[in-house]
Amino acid sequence: MNIEAVSAIYRFEMARARRTLMQSIVSPVISTSLYFVVFGAAIGSRIQSVGGISYGSFIVPGLVMLSLLGQSISNASFGIYFPRFTGTIYEILSAPVSPVEIVLGYAGAAATKSVILGAIILATAWIFVPLHVEHPVWMVAFLVLTAATFSLFGFIIGIWADGFEKLQIVPLLIVTPLTFLGGSFYSIDMLPPTWRTVALLNPVVYLVSGFRWSFYGIADVNVGVSLGMTALFLAIALVIVGWIFRTGYRLKT
Amino acid sequence: MLVSMGGIIEISGVSKTYASGFVALKEINLSIRRGEIFALLGPNGAGKTTLISIVCGIVQASSGRVVVDGHDIVRDWRAARSLIGLVPQELTTDAFESVWSTVSFTRGLFGLGSNPAHIESVLRALSLWDKRDSRIMTLSGGMKRRLLIAKALAHEPRILFLDEPTAGVDVDLRHDMWQLVSRLRAEGVTVILTTHYIEEAEEMADRVGVINRGELVLVRDKTDLLHEFGSKRLSLRLRSPLAELPAALAPWRLELSPDGRELTWLYHAREAGAGVGDFLERVRAAGIEFADLETSESSLEDIFVSLVRER
Repeated sequence: MNIEAVSAIYRFEMARARRTLMQSIVSPVISTSLYFVVFGAAIGSRIQSVGGISYGSFIVPGLVMLSLLGQSISNASFGIYFPRFTGTIYEILSAPVSPVEIVLGYAGAAATKSVILGAIILATAWIFVPLHVEHPVWMVAFLVLTAATFSLFGFIIGIWADGFEKLQIVPLLIVTPLTFLGGSFYSIDMLPPTWRTVALLNPVVYLVSGFRWSFYGIADVNVGVSLGMTALFLAIALVIVGWIFRTGYRLKT
Repeated sequence: MLVSMGGIIEISGVSKTYASGFVALKEINLSIRRGEIFALLGPNGAGKTTLISIVCGIVQASSGRVVVDGHDIVRDWRAARSLIGLVPQELTTDAFESVWSTVSFTRGLFGLGSNPAHIESVLRALSLWDKRDSRIMTLSGGMKRRLLIAKALAHEPRILFLDEPTAGVDVDLRHDMWQLVSRLRAEGVTVILTTHYIEEAEEMADRVGVINRGELVLVRDKTDLLHEFGSKRLSLRLRSPLAELPAALAPWRLELSPDGRELTWLYHAREAGAGVGDFLERVRAAGIEFADLETSESSLEDIFVSLVRER
């Protein structure tokens, strides 16, 4: 194991985040605050509580997931896409670094940033609404697993994309809608039965539900199922990454 | 073709056909000797960069085998790559990192712990020390070229690939680069460079390989090549004009200038030595007096052009 290389890539990526500190930290704080103002105040005044939890508190896990998924993907995809775009990828490919080490460096850094971001959003939420975490260990577990999984998906997108537009397309056209429709701002129990069934096809439902359970002990789907689905997504991402490196897809000609 | 064993790089039967169907390399067999400076010459699109990229692990060969210091580049890739430093042709750099951090980054990629003293010496050797804290995007093109070399040397490689190292580089930097290469050679580093500038190969290389349309046309010691394929000319400035060539000088391939004042002998580099003395004696014997004498020889460039054109 080339630990020095993993550490070099990881530190390189973390340094990139430090250079864009405003974008990395201030923007999620502002957008979270805006969600609270819009959803918490405007809608929260009409919906008193969901499952015994005040609406403002109810949406917190969903808000964290919303940023976590988007940021994990955009961070990791940009991290690997940019060297491909500039050509500096030659250095990674010609160095004695294995695929696993490359992924650990890039996706590991992206996941770390996402977890830090999640913590910042939680802290921001704390200012607006009362929060309590019933299962802190599971909360952290869901946070880390989701960050890691979607950083891997981001890595895959960064390899697949052959232009900046494609880099944006997946987060924008797939992840954001799925998150909004995935029970971030409502319980899927509030949907008509048909739509509830459709909603169960949305993978984000399981992530949000499990994460919310770790806070309040309430869930749309059984927490075991949530955990299983999260693990499944992780496994899928790992299989795709493995395939990319085995075939040299978009990396080697 | 038999490949002599014991070279630091042994390339045997390497071919590359890209997905588009373009055949970049055809059955390349090449042995690079330990510690030599090898120049790979060839026109654009000849396959130079593809060959380098295969050895460095960036491009997968369609067939064939490459062994670097006893390590197969596919089976034993980690050991093979650890030995190699690569300076790519394009100026591919990050933009926002500092010179120091990007060079340290490369060292880390090769699995080595930080060694500020080594990085300092590399940066000083490439006149980048004053720029160590500058962002890469603020560097000039020549500086970026130096930086790429510094990165390639960050992990103390035993083999250095320089892909078109002096393309678009000013004269000063070119001479610095040549000096650096000879210093590396003194340290026992094997250097393989590709170049358009034949002058560069002529100046630096021990051996020359000519590649054209994916085929290795020839590999020779530089001096042998000049000797074997080179032509020479010897011009005599005559004291008094000559109306026509004396019959005694007929066996030689001679040219007389229109004003009859210059006599030129074109001969093969192989004939140099005994032939020249003999020729001059015959000139004297024919009663021709000359005031001055000048010789010149064809450059690697002339040879290269003729070799590539033949194919």
